[in-house]
Amino acid sequence: MDIKVHVRESDDDAYVVELGGEIDVYTSPKVKDAITELIDQGHYNLVINLEKVRYIDSTGLGVLIGGLKRVREHGGTVNLVCTNPQIKKIFDITGLVKIFGIYDDETGAQKAFA
Amino acid sequence: MNAAAAMAEHLGTVELRIPSKPEWVAVARLAVAAIANRLPFSVEEIEDLKLAIAESCTICIQHGAGGETIDMTCETLTSHLRIVIRDHRYRLRATGSEAARAGAAPAVEGLGIFLIQALMDELEYSIDPQMGTELVMVKRVGT
Repeated sequence: MDIKVHVRESDDDAYVVELGGEIDVYTSPKVKDAITELIDQGHYNLVINLEKVRYIDSTGLGVLIGGLKRVREHGGTVNLVCTNPQIKKIFDITGLVKIFGIYDDETGAQKAFA
Repeated sequence: MNAAAAMAEHLGTVELRIPSKPEWVAVARLAVAAIANRLPFSVEEIEDLKLAIAESCTICIQHGAGGETIDMTCETLTSHLRIVIRDHRYRLRATGSEAARAGAAPAVEGLGIFLIQALMDELEYSIDPQMGTELVMVKRVGT
């Protein structure tokens, strides 16, 4: 079981959180910490790249929803990058496709902030 | 249970007990994938099963009675896989109607139960902070 979290600034003042591995009840606190730290630093436009995520459960979704709620309070948003059909299916089932912007690549996710 | 399920051949039962801790949920998830591989489930169906079992274990950990272990029983039949997830403190064996009533109670709301219901063909559950947690679910082959 592993989760990799890599945070970097993009060209357009947004921050990219690149995740890899499995996000579940054990690993999601690490993801939450990374997102919380960015928000606490005043970064409210986030791209969360799920391209290298093999698995996500409701605790992972909860972390993403929590992050979105917090950045929206400051006029920001969270855009996701995801092409994995199984993960997209979970966003479909839960209706989260309606509240997150979900893009095929980081370029599309970053352009959506403009 | 439909007629095909009633005539199904019983292939075997696998039991697994894990510590009721987040770091052990992946073990249950991987175990159910290996068990489901014994039946002609698609890759997508196996992913559904993995998620449903992980959600069930997470419910036991987060909303359960604080038992030390979680028991998973996987009954494999030619027509379906029946899985029972129960935390160690579960004492009251609910009947179908009792479980349905318990399931209707607003003890636990959230994405976990919602996902399990969406991914599995049948689900009955009882979640009680004092009595413990039990989820019984069925995934049929070829549905």
